[in-house]
Amino acid sequence: MKIAIASGKGGTGKTFVSTNLFAVAEKEYRNVTLVDCDAEEPNVTVFIDGNTISTDIINQHLPVIDKEACVYCGKCRDWCNYNAIICLPDNKQIYLIEDLCHDCGACLAACQYNAISETDKRLGTVTVKQYSDSARIIEARADIGVYSPVQVIKAALNKAENPELMLMDSPPGISCPFIAAVVPADYVVLVTEPTPFGLNDLKLSVETLEQLEKPFGVIVNRAGLGDDRVYDWLEEKNIPLLMKIPFDKNIARIYSQSLLLVRENPLYEALFLDLLKTIEGSCIK
Amino acid sequence: MHKINEISILSGKGGTGKTSIAAALATLGENTVAADCDVDAANLYLILHPNDYKTEKYISGHKAVINYDICTQCGLCKDHCRFNAIERKPDPDYPEGKISIVETSCDGCWLCSRICPVNAIDMVPSDKSNWFLGNYRYGKMVHARLAPGEENSGKLVSVVREQARKTADECGAKNIIIDGPPGTGCAAIASLTGADKMVVVTEPTGTGLHDMKRILDLAGRFQVKRYVIINKSDLNTDIRDKICSWCAKEGVPVIGDLPFDPRMVHSMVACKSIQEWAPDSEISASIHKIYELLTQS
Repeated sequence: MKIAIASGKGGTGKTFVSTNLFAVAEKEYRNVTLVDCDAEEPNVTVFIDGNTISTDIINQHLPVIDKEACVYCGKCRDWCNYNAIICLPDNKQIYLIEDLCHDCGACLAACQYNAISETDKRLGTVTVKQYSDSARIIEARADIGVYSPVQVIKAALNKAENPELMLMDSPPGISCPFIAAVVPADYVVLVTEPTPFGLNDLKLSVETLEQLEKPFGVIVNRAGLGDDRVYDWLEEKNIPLLMKIPFDKNIARIYSQSLLLVRENPLYEALFLDLLKTIEGSCIK
Repeated sequence: MHKINEISILSGKGGTGKTSIAAALATLGENTVAADCDVDAANLYLILHPNDYKTEKYISGHKAVINYDICTQCGLCKDHCRFNAIERKPDPDYPEGKISIVETSCDGCWLCSRICPVNAIDMVPSDKSNWFLGNYRYGKMVHARLAPGEENSGKLVSVVREQARKTADECGAKNIIIDGPPGTGCAAIASLTGADKMVVVTEPTGTGLHDMKRILDLAGRFQVKRYVIINKSDLNTDIRDKICSWCAKEGVPVIGDLPFDPRMVHSMVACKSIQEWAPDSEISASIHKIYELLTQS
């Protein structure tokens, strides 16, 4: 079973839900993996850590143009859909703008003069950590300055080796990094907050998940903080409300100290266990 | 062309209060241009209510589509695709599986369509994203909506920035307030490039501190003046102190220390900025000081 924890809006509590769910699941399942897919800002290990088993460096290919062999025909530039190659035949100049390269291989396929080979460029790391006998954490971490974290996220997901339960802490938004993390999921937990911003972004996430035909449910975090419009909308759309986590200074303080709520408060341990059972039920259906 | 001061509000971590602070800054001066660069999950329009007088399509990219009347199922496209976006899908009519595009994986690079020996692959433009230009009560606003699952949010951010500059130039606005996206990837980079000032809105939590360091590190590679605002600063005073000492060491000025105030939430629920909702509050006074500091040349 693969469960993604996601939200359109940042800071609604994705990592909070993922890490607490992981902490209760780890006692229930023989084999649990939490993948931190928010490679631009990986935060899971701020809360839970373990012994590092492996760290892989994730690279992309970059073309290298052999200026001796190049005839400056410009075909590689024409085939590059990302404008990453600048070719000035009159001056016999050809350049690559590294940051724009998407590693699609079009230039390599375009060149008829064997003038293009490839080298590696580092994008980030994938780290596997053993949390307990039954549980692992896999962290996708993009290097600072890297444009797209998608390859790092995919590498982290590939590293997971099909555990009995896989939790994926997804990146915010609705574009490519979010899609990369949500596509493998059997079920998606959307975390929102009862404010106009939370509701607006929830609608965007729901629209995206409906297009992907993924089953999902919603957790409202900081309940009591804003207004009731999010509940009205969920009811109107017939979307399951999985859990309400109240706006509570004590919870906020526990979070700010990077502690797990389910370890500090037995009531929440029971509530998160219920949540896990509810999701299991929805997946079997 | 007059000098325009571009102020970009970022955070690394989401939910720290970027949009609330951007909205407050955008409702302080007359003749401001507000640019919402969180194109994935745009919220600033909920507070500024722009009256859009211009809507333009944004082509975010292209997706490959196979024409099965022509396709010979040779599989050359599948061998070349580096995004694993072409697979042989189980199909009763095709013993080896039917060559199919996995739309969510397609990066729109065009390679398959260029190498197909029978020209059976078309590239169809994704044109469901838009950007908008409108008036709001303190100036003009540029914002955008990326269609779900689209690529290239960084490129759309650049389009919004370009329009904001053009608009500021035309209407003589001195300040552009940019509400940025979370993260450190293409959209955050595009929100930073060429800006004069960057304000990181953080919160005193373990994750707020971690993410603030990453976004300040990123900004350190650009020609941009860096500032920090600590929002909800009374949540954890130990971490607040850590943020302050880290910023002092890095030479990044902390220009705001805003304790949690429920009126910030109330103003958002009422779809107003804090300046409009509670103009006489302490928090509004603090934000006014921040505004003066950021807009003095």
